[in-house]
Amino acid sequence: MTIALVSLLLTIAALWAMARLSRSDTRTARLATPAIFGLLLIWLWQAAVMGFHIPRILLPAPTEVVSALFSHTAMLRRDFVQTFVRSVIPGYVIGCGFGFLAALAIDRSAFLKRGLLPLGGLISAMPIVGVAPIAVMWFGFGWQSKAAVVVAMTIFPMLVNTTAGLAESGALERDLMTSYAAGYWLTLLKLRLPAALPHIFTALKLNSTLALIGAVVAEFFGSPVFGMGFRISTAAASLNLDVVWATITIAALTGSLSFALLALAERAVTFWHPSFRNPS
Amino acid sequence: MSEAELAARSPPPQSAPAAPVVVARDLSIDFGSMVALSDVSLSFTHGDFVSLIGPSGCGKTTLLRAVADLVPPSRGSLMVNGMTPGDARRARSYGYVFQAPALYPWRSVERNVMLPLEIMGLPKAEQRRRAAHYLGLVGLGDFARKFPWQLSGGMQQRASIARALSFEPALLLMDEPFGALDEITRDGLNLHLHELWRRSGLTCVFVTHSIPEAVFLSTRIVVMSPRPGRVIEIIESDLPAERDLDMRESAEFLRVAHRVREALRAGHSYD
Amino acid sequence: MTREQSGLRRAVDTAFPVFVVAVAAVVLWYAISAIIGTALLPRPDQVAATLGTSVFGWPVTSPRNLLYHAGVTAEAALVGLAFAIVLGVAIAVGIVHFRVLDRSLMPWVIASQTIPILAIAPMVVVVLGNLGLSGLPPKAAISGYLAFFPIVVGMVTGLRAPDSIQFDLMRTYSASGQQVFAKLRLPASVAFLFPALRVSVALSVMGAIVAELPTGAQAGLGARLLAGSYYGQTLMIWATLVMAALLSASLLGVTALAEAGLRAWRGGRL
Repeated sequence: MTIALVSLLLTIAALWAMARLSRSDTRTARLATPAIFGLLLIWLWQAAVMGFHIPRILLPAPTEVVSALFSHTAMLRRDFVQTFVRSVIPGYVIGCGFGFLAALAIDRSAFLKRGLLPLGGLISAMPIVGVAPIAVMWFGFGWQSKAAVVVAMTIFPMLVNTTAGLAESGALERDLMTSYAAGYWLTLLKLRLPAALPHIFTALKLNSTLALIGAVVAEFFGSPVFGMGFRISTAAASLNLDVVWATITIAALTGSLSFALLALAERAVTFWHPSFRNPS
Repeated sequence: MSEAELAARSPPPQSAPAAPVVVARDLSIDFGSMVALSDVSLSFTHGDFVSLIGPSGCGKTTLLRAVADLVPPSRGSLMVNGMTPGDARRARSYGYVFQAPALYPWRSVERNVMLPLEIMGLPKAEQRRRAAHYLGLVGLGDFARKFPWQLSGGMQQRASIARALSFEPALLLMDEPFGALDEITRDGLNLHLHELWRRSGLTCVFVTHSIPEAVFLSTRIVVMSPRPGRVIEIIESDLPAERDLDMRESAEFLRVAHRVREALRAGHSYD
Repeated sequence: MTREQSGLRRAVDTAFPVFVVAVAAVVLWYAISAIIGTALLPRPDQVAATLGTSVFGWPVTSPRNLLYHAGVTAEAALVGLAFAIVLGVAIAVGIVHFRVLDRSLMPWVIASQTIPILAIAPMVVVVLGNLGLSGLPPKAAISGYLAFFPIVVGMVTGLRAPDSIQFDLMRTYSASGQQVFAKLRLPASVAFLFPALRVSVALSVMGAIVAELPTGAQAGLGARLLAGSYYGQTLMIWATLVMAALLSASLLGVTALAEAGLRAWRGGRL
């Protein structure tokens, strides 16, 4: 009863605060509004679990998730290292690197570009995670097979976006380079790669999410007895939902932080792009 | 509305005292701390073709947007057809032509012209009739089924003029409608617009930064200067009502153009 | 006449390189399987034969027919997609019209695109299973949840796409909010809906397949992949993968057809 009353009052207060804040355009207001919304949701979640006595096997309360984060620290860290450090990062680097180099290679042939781009776009839209069982057969249960899935998932988005980016520089700018008698590589380095950067970052950001999905889902098909995907599937099967939510929390934080880092790097490198310029 | 329409449809009044269409008294408009328009007082009458001319930042577009109720006045008063700009807008008493054609790419040219009529709830047959009529008037009768992006820039702008005329407002507001076009296309459109105005008796307010364009089209030329935007001089043109492009080399044309240029220079020496 | 010819010419110009690259990929596939052995990588003709026997050798209702499994997966993906479209468009309309929603909800919608949402699949299946919902509902829920976010983002962008003079134009007509929505925002958003829809279609198929993994489900492409993985049936895995690709491609094809239809109706542009 008290919980319901407090929740009602808090909801009204939060709605009022958000309505007030959304009229202001300051940076603080822009950050505070979603923060209040998130906190309200977490409170309502907590209140619903406590108030309606929702069984733990359906939905653990946020407090239980937090306590799982602290009571299983060693296990969760091992899972994180296995999945993110050992599988995602190498797979991401190899996949993005290879996709980038492949784009440079096919860029010199208009025929290859016309042949590969539609196929690359189509393959990007395929459920590539499905290759996970194959990867497990080829590379075993360890991190190598997960990294292979990540490579398979990240390579084509990078190939397609880099190729699009390399076509970005205008005829005028290219003519300018020609007038300087700049050769292919000099033009690539001074003009076409910088112009392609926004597209390359689009792929890098997209791939950071795809890589995490690839590694986690690949573990559903077979893995050693640790790893975030393994943890989620086994803890869900044994109804330890607090551990599942704790792992999901870590996965979500990892995903957003990776994305945020890439976004910061993008801002630093492509500050000149219209999407970042201040309208002043 | 119908009375105003009737008045507007009659030839430009020569002797009878004309009713004011736009009246501004000490009108000022600020954007934050920037003063866009400062203490502007003027009055346009029925059948006038008024050009607002001046360099960038002189507030000519802001004045036009204020008349259209697209920006609110900060101080002073502004009346359109004897109403506040807001009431005039709600009474749909003016057509507006923007710097860009602003045609909807997913609608054919005909359906673009029908857009305001749809919004105002005219019967479908009447919508079609008017679209055909006004597209014919701007010389686009054969292009009704085309899509805007299949037309040249000049044709697009003509379609947008047909759209502004389609609901038959007595007042036509134009914000540098031909600014983005090449000079040859522009000459053609100016002649077209002049004849349209002559035949219809519309009141036109036209923003430009081209002196020949202003002199060719206008009965009155409002010369403005920037920082803060204000009116330097209002020049009444004594050119004959009937005009053609060759007239731009005549002595009287050059004399009016010279007066405009002198006024613009006076505005600049202020800096 | 000449226009048709140039259209045909263009089609050949695009199709021919794609064909050559595809043939090269198949040749490469043969070469690799010859080197590493067909136990690890079956030849394309073996995969095609397995797929052919499965599809033509058994009735469509038989669990031995991959079309049956594709149908089960497609059903979940399409139900999920339908919910995602309805809910996604509704929320996008809300976000565009209510500042509070824009400020509070939209940042979370954007942020959710950076997290591996698919990780919740096993939990959703288990929890809905405990509530007595198994089979289609959990799979459709996961598919829909994945497909939802791109549609919201695409629609919000699309509904805001018209530039300010187009809104000014509506204002000079003193158009009502509903008219601005129906005549300006909604038609403008279509060009943004379709790219979002393509992403969502791909995600919904992937979501349905992954949702079939933890259920111990007997039907569906995901279940088939998992079974193949358990019993080491390499050919079955490859055939299932090809079927999954075909399913994804055909749903994308339908989307592309709808887009092309609308494009034609709008004179060739969206």
